[in-house]
Amino acid sequence: MLFLSIALMYACSKNEDEVTPEEKKITFSVPANFPAPAYNFEDNKLSNAGFTLGKKLFYEGRLSADKSVSCGSCHQQFAAFTQLDHKVSHGVNNCQGKRNTPPLFNLAWQKAFFWDGGVKNIETSPLNAITDACEMGTNIETIIAFLKNTAPYPDLFKQAFGSTEINSQVILKSIAQFTAVLVSGNSKYDKVIRKESGIAFTSTELAGYNLFKEKCTSCHAEPFFTDFSYRNNGLDLVSTDEGRSHITGAASDFGKFRVPTLRNIEYTSPYMHDGRFYSLDEVLEHYNSGVKASTNLDAQLKTGIPLNTTEKEQIKAFLKTLTDHEFIKNTLYSES
Amino acid sequence: MKISTYFLALLCPVILLSSCKKNTDEVTADTKSTFSIEFENQVNGSPLVLNTTSYKNAKGEDFKINVFKYYVSNIKLSKADGTTYLIPESYFLIDASKAESTNITLKDVPTGDYTKIEYTIGVDYARNFAGAQTGALDPINGMFWTWNSGYIFVKLEGTSPQSAATGNALTFHIGGVTDPNNTIRTFTTEINAANPLRVRTDGKPNMHFIVNAAALFTGKTDISFSTLYFTMGGANSVIVANNYANGLFRLDHIHN
Ligand code: HEC
Ligand code: HEC
Repeated sequence: MLFLSIALMYACSKNEDEVTPEEKKITFSVPANFPAPAYNFEDNKLSNAGFTLGKKLFYEGRLSADKSVSCGSCHQQFAAFTQLDHKVSHGVNNCQGKRNTPPLFNLAWQKAFFWDGGVKNIETSPLNAITDACEMGTNIETIIAFLKNTAPYPDLFKQAFGSTEINSQVILKSIAQFTAVLVSGNSKYDKVIRKESGIAFTSTELAGYNLFKEKCTSCHAEPFFTDFSYRNNGLDLVSTDEGRSHITGAASDFGKFRVPTLRNIEYTSPYMHDGRFYSLDEVLEHYNSGVKASTNLDAQLKTGIPLNTTEKEQIKAFLKTLTDHEFIKNTLYSES
Repeated sequence: MKISTYFLALLCPVILLSSCKKNTDEVTADTKSTFSIEFENQVNGSPLVLNTTSYKNAKGEDFKINVFKYYVSNIKLSKADGTTYLIPESYFLIDASKAESTNITLKDVPTGDYTKIEYTIGVDYARNFAGAQTGALDPINGMFWTWNSGYIFVKLEGTSPQSAATGNALTFHIGGVTDPNNTIRTFTTEINAANPLRVRTDGKPNMHFIVNAAALFTGKTDISFSTLYFTMGGANSVIVANNYANGLFRLDHIHN
């Protein structure tokens, strides 16, 4: 057994760029084409132990009411941490939630969370999933009791925070050390923008980028491909989900949702707050012909966004340059 | 050489301290001590008894209370000379179902005679949006909204025959910090100069406040449970906050 694990460690380290006996230092890296982040670990010092614990908690199914649903069940790495093929989130006891699971990356730049912006801090954003009867269906007391009585958690908390004391604060801080470190900024698009050598758009991608800048960036602004505002893009005449007005209480916010990022969009299907579209073709056709004149429809979309077949193909080609394969395959973020 | 270095090292903090004193109106004192505050929960002069006792609101409607919890934070004391002392990290959750929570202890307070006390009913703006908190602000206390970040400042749950909700429920979860539905309220009360709060190294005074739960429903606007029986933030919460801003707390006496 001991021999096996040594052999495994050896095999692992051989695959690393440099063969070092120590583990790689976890860092939070800001891509050169990104602005300064909103969350900078000031009150939550990033450490390998904190990240490792946060990741373990993220993939811990035993935290949920029926012991089967972890954060990672709805936020799957191969889908850029959204839930593949699920229109709306799918939680404990086969419960169907109300909204499509958003992907998790570049959260350190977000000042508000959820489709309606109701949650204001990355550290407190898991609380709703933990307690929602339809997501993990549990409560903090139960989770703390489980962690206190389950090895190796007390040790892991000690390594990460210097004490075996387990409370909601250290649980949430460790999870944030995992979720805030998830940075996706190595797509082909990023490399082209950063003028990394040998990388250029194809002519179709470039045509798509130009169309995108003309028709989409007013909302899906670079470099995050969202301006983080709340808008209505004409999905329904009357939305069944009140969206932003649930938070602000303002009628002018009814049916508005956060402009979603389009990074890794190739892998985050289905689309929109309720996951109604399965393909990018459907999304583009919506902008072309399906925009409905709801009361709070964004002024820019009053006549939709006319797109012919060629333009659609070009935009799609560009959107696929937003896929960050390194991020999706990074084993540092995988359940181990 | 050596001596003068030591001397400088000694002098530095002295200079720093004295410059502090000059630039602000903060209370300074060499000695510190402790005082306590007791919150006696009542309903219109009768003791608050959860679940069983029936009370009347200003409209004469019957109601019972099952849950009554509220935050008191950012406690600030003032002296007659106008200097003030903000007690750092003063966040307290008073829960009528937990007797020990109704008597709070304030430590490391500069000794002196205080003639005014003020505090926030609820939690200041910043902490509503801050990262994971602990102690009184731990979300485990059931006073944090997970879908719309922010604390419930005052939570009253109960029943009234007038309520049209399932089980005749009354649900008053008051909170929210953004305009126009900001419910942060500050309570201030002068302390009789003849019997100020005397914080002494050899004495631990106790302030005794009467807390009237029925104040949520009267004051600026008398509330009828037939029209308002449920609020979780928003405009109706503001109506309730405007009611309790002045009526919730009353300083009864101080034991020095
Ligand atoms: C049952 C599926 C499900 C589970 C389990 C789940 N989430 Fe989520 N998560 C969602 C959905 C759906 C949303 C969007 C909610 C909304 O907009 O109302 C979301 C939103 C988020 C967000 C905000 C993302 C953004 O861009 O606004 C974060 C962060 C997050 N979840 C982290 C976690 C963590 C950490 C866990 C584990 C403790 C977890 N989630 C468990 C479905 C889930
Ligand atoms: C007026 C602002 C606006 C413009 C312009 C706009 N969008 Fe959107 N887009 C939104 C909003 C808001 C949503 C989310 C709507 C919802 O879920 O209710 C969205 C959603 C999307 C989604 C789904 C993303 C996901 O993860 O679910 C895609 C893809 C998308 N837009 C692509 C585009 C493209 C391509 C263009 C240009 C042709 C464009 N958008 C123009 C506001 C805009």
